[in-house]
Amino acid sequence: MLKFLPQTSRRDFLKVLGLGAAGLVVGCTGSPPASPGTPVSSATPSPAAQLEELNHFVKIGADDRVTVVVKHSEFGQGSSTGLTAIVAEELDADWSQMAWEFAPADNKKYANTLMGIQGTGGSSAIANSWQELRLSGAGARALLVAAAAAEWKVPVSEIEVSKGTISHKSGKSSGFGALAAAAARQKLPEKVLLKDPSKFTLIGQPLPRLDGAVKTNGQAQFAIDQSLPGMRIAVMLRPPKFGAKLKKLDDAAAKAVSGVFEIVTVARGVAVIAKDFWTAQKAKRLLQAEWDFTKAEKRGSAELFRDYKKQLKTPGPVARNDGKAEATLAGAAHPVELEYEFPYLAHAPMEPLGCLVDFKNGEVDLYYGAQLQTVDQASAAATLGISQEKVRINSVFGGGSFGRRATPDSDYVVEACSIAKAAKEKTPIKLIWDRTDDLHGGRYRPMSVHRVRGAVGADGKPTAFFHRMVVQSFLADSPFAMMIKDGVDATSVEGSANSDYQIPNFRVEVHMARVGIPTLWWRSVGHTYNAFVMETFVDALAHAARQDPVKFRLAMLPKRSRRRGVLELAVEKAGKPPQGGGRGVAVHESFGSFVAQVVDLEMKGGKPSLLKVVCAVDCGIVINPDQVKSQMESGINYALSAALGEAITLKDGEVEQSNFDAYKVLRLPAAPPIEVFIVESNAAPTGTGEPGVPPLAPALANALFAATGKRITRLPFTLG
Amino acid sequence: MSKFTITVNGQPREVEADDDKPLLWVLREDFGLTGTKFGCGASLCGACTVHLDGQAVRSCSVPVSALNGKPVVTIEGLAQDGQHPLQKAWAELSVPQCGYCQSGQIMSAAALLAKTPQPSDEQINQAMSGNICRCGSYPRIRAAIHKAAGSS
Repeated sequence: MLKFLPQTSRRDFLKVLGLGAAGLVVGCTGSPPASPGTPVSSATPSPAAQLEELNHFVKIGADDRVTVVVKHSEFGQGSSTGLTAIVAEELDADWSQMAWEFAPADNKKYANTLMGIQGTGGSSAIANSWQELRLSGAGARALLVAAAAAEWKVPVSEIEVSKGTISHKSGKSSGFGALAAAAARQKLPEKVLLKDPSKFTLIGQPLPRLDGAVKTNGQAQFAIDQSLPGMRIAVMLRPPKFGAKLKKLDDAAAKAVSGVFEIVTVARGVAVIAKDFWTAQKAKRLLQAEWDFTKAEKRGSAELFRDYKKQLKTPGPVARNDGKAEATLAGAAHPVELEYEFPYLAHAPMEPLGCLVDFKNGEVDLYYGAQLQTVDQASAAATLGISQEKVRINSVFGGGSFGRRATPDSDYVVEACSIAKAAKEKTPIKLIWDRTDDLHGGRYRPMSVHRVRGAVGADGKPTAFFHRMVVQSFLADSPFAMMIKDGVDATSVEGSANSDYQIPNFRVEVHMARVGIPTLWWRSVGHTYNAFVMETFVDALAHAARQDPVKFRLAMLPKRSRRRGVLELAVEKAGKPPQGGGRGVAVHESFGSFVAQVVDLEMKGGKPSLLKVVCAVDCGIVINPDQVKSQMESGINYALSAALGEAITLKDGEVEQSNFDAYKVLRLPAAPPIEVFIVESNAAPTGTGEPGVPPLAPALANALFAATGKRITRLPFTLG
Repeated sequence: MSKFTITVNGQPREVEADDDKPLLWVLREDFGLTGTKFGCGASLCGACTVHLDGQAVRSCSVPVSALNGKPVVTIEGLAQDGQHPLQKAWAELSVPQCGYCQSGQIMSAAALLAKTPQPSDEQINQAMSGNICRCGSYPRIRAAIHKAAGSS
């Protein structure tokens, strides 16, 4: 379905741009980026060229450089390149003249239209920007055309724009730069035309990432690379159990280390402020702290699983209830029942978290890979006791996130601000976490247990599905708690309660476990476990009904389900199943995109081994097919890593994994060949950052069942 | 604190540092060469990989006092203008996602190609298993090494 309109009214355009009746905001900014894709904050500025701000998202320099203001984070998803391409397309710019820079924190101009605040998440960067940036590009083009028409004294309708050149049949032509200043003074026409998608020349092309060069020559700037004159480095000592408080501190030995400036106690622990990281780390190891564990979470993983399983036996809040699942199951001849266990998972982005804080004169500049700008702004303001407008966020590249940088309480940003506030000397202070801080820092994908029962009727069709789970809600006690309805956090049950499988008796219950371990969304959120439950359980039902797992699924999917298309394409492209090994499939919808994966295992020396993964994706109109493929590859490997190796476990409330020796993540030799195919679609674009994750683990487990007869219900698992 | 003279990317540079200060932090904090990244501090992730006398080493675990005059090459000095065949292949194939690990990946791959100009998949596995990429860019890393090997 085509969701965008071929043309839109001026009023809509202004509304989208947040300009209202005031007209265009015209202004100049600093220097443009030195090369495409180099954010201004990280580049060596080129000779100053004045930038005419044609709207909040498009700036054009006298040097013809077009800079797109990117309101989203860039921590790998590639959306900065995609967002730039959308503007370039409608602007009829040449790709070589395009650049981008991070937007400042400004909710009025740069809110995520799907979230209502400035932030990145839910694989929404392209989806929420699609219409907004098309209009911005088309609007800027209209202004340039109007300026050319006025200067050349010809009708607007006779002006053509192609690859960054504005021309008229009389032979007059100009680049964008020469007309930018005049364009900024033009009035927006009544109607701004959007391109017919059949005329797209950049959208749909596999353009290389604009940040490819700076991310291969060492120039890309992350939070950890930020520096200001007089800057000091802070590291933190935190309690060994979540919820513990500092009782007593002996910091004499740490203070005596040469190069240590201050040791301050803040809400989250003790910070050492020193001249450099190595000095700060050495001093941190000399801190002697005693902790009060009265309110700490003292349970380990074993006790938590025990408590969860106890709760799993009792009825919980209902997330979905079609028909009569319980009664149908009670009367079923051969009900299938499985119980599942999922561990806590760390995001473990490669860049340990950190933030540079420059707090002075009642104002603050923050430099880091921000993800929830509006939330962080409010949190920083509250921590520092200043107003939100006094918090400036200078976004830089994030060295991975996977959800970790989007914390409802802005954990590490608040930590950095609290240190800056407590420090006696107001110098810029950069907080740097190490890997142990990261793995011990909480905000895990919540652990969960599930009991699933189902049955297939005499006609071979499923009659009932009853899924009950116990899982923590990370929205509870957060600013987003209002999203919890009737005891059900929709993010906990997504991928199960909203499944489009046609099963007449369908019931989902969820217990919100109360545990003192902080949890958070982790790349694809509730889908991480619910897709596994759903897709392995459906496989088990197909097996019980002695049916082909693909045909069994297709029979359960509504005719219009876009899951059908990806499942059929993935199976077709996978070709013949491997001989002597096993094939597993899974198909899932998340964040509006549809992904099917086929995993083939071969037997090597009597052990199953990963042969290949074939993936099909339907994410609507594709901005950049190479980046869609890249995100599918990324999601598959991220999910494979978790399926086969990752688990955060606790003993007496203390995390047992401190570095990558114990927290085992996927490495290159274990990464399988991956083939990605894209379903052609005219639907509005949806995201790809997360949807590649959910199907992999269940497809792999189903392949293992096909190869060995072993049904996997506990993660992580091994192949052999 | 001692004084050290280190040859980095062909230039002799002086630093006063604790003997046990890792090369990584001398590069990043004393010399401002931030292309080399901190990921684990324990030779487990490879983000800090540099060349020491032509060998790929984890600079987070090499004390500055242990260099013994051996020359250091970082991502900034791998090639003029970032045009090493690996860097070109990396950008052309859009290997980087978040990009944080890629300096280390490229330095490990460059050390491999210097010794083994046409590496097999198995040789790539061995040389690259110490470098973690959480974005899972592994298929493209493998492809980019093969591409660079073909063009060098």
